[in-house]
Amino acid sequence: MKAAVIRFPGSNCDQDCVLALRDFGVETDFVWHKDESVAGYDIIALPGGFSYGDYLRCGAIARFSPIMPAIKQAAAAGTLVLGICNGFQILCEAGLLPGALIRNRDLHFRCEHLHVRVENVANPFLHTAKTGELLRIPIAHGEGSYTADAATLAELNRTGRVLLRYADSAGAALDAANPNGSAENIAGICNAARNVFGLMPHPERACDPRLGSIDGRVIFESILSTLGARLAA
Amino acid sequence: MKAQVIVMPKKTVLDPQGVAVRDAIHHHGVPAVKAVRVGKFIELELDGTQTEAQLHEVCRDLLSNPVIEDYELRIEA
Repeated sequence: MKAAVIRFPGSNCDQDCVLALRDFGVETDFVWHKDESVAGYDIIALPGGFSYGDYLRCGAIARFSPIMPAIKQAAAAGTLVLGICNGFQILCEAGLLPGALIRNRDLHFRCEHLHVRVENVANPFLHTAKTGELLRIPIAHGEGSYTADAATLAELNRTGRVLLRYADSAGAALDAANPNGSAENIAGICNAARNVFGLMPHPERACDPRLGSIDGRVIFESILSTLGARLAA
Repeated sequence: MKAQVIVMPKKTVLDPQGVAVRDAIHHHGVPAVKAVRVGKFIELELDGTQTEAQLHEVCRDLLSNPVIEDYELRIEA
């Protein structure tokens, strides 16, 4: 089982992602954005950060990096792709996920632990979690307000592709628990084939008890269990 | 030869920056300003060998995100 963590100029959560994956025993490589192949990797992670300084729009320039055609090809072939924070923004800009992430409604950069509610477990990224389970995971972003047109939102809901919503500690996805103005409190979505997952919270920062929460582990455990079953098959 | 590209957030998309700027203008003592929307103005210097279709492609694929923004392309002779 091998993982690739893509490094764009301005990525700054790449080390955290690699450490989290290696702690789970996964052989993990940094892959430079100017490389043109992701052959041999079972999971591709696009980490958080500020690729290209967020010039133009978050993820707008990274989307054209030389590595992106290979990632699109791998995603089409069913390889798991995980986009965290800036990685989520890049996946949206690249058209691998619908919608876009815009400026937080209060214009503040929000950096805090909060709760997200697991909305759907019929996917490779959360199948070891329970529907309705609350995960305490940090966010750190200035442009995480998920937006999409009404038809896209309806389609995401209808097909169970909203995987995480911001919620309060009682599990209610109320507006007061929405840190950035995201439509319907959406914190993470997947594609129609359910092998590309983008989320604004940082599960890689919630894997070690020394960091205050280990609730992010369930995402990596789900991925490993999916890949383990795939490799054994 | 130059081209100018104006990128604006779609009317249906929340523009928190515009709201903050409007509030600041009101604070400045000009309550007549009812609404503000903040976009981008991008100037392209051209050698003349491009086609208009190429410029539209750049506007659509890179300079704006059609999910959240509209653009206007003006080509100066």
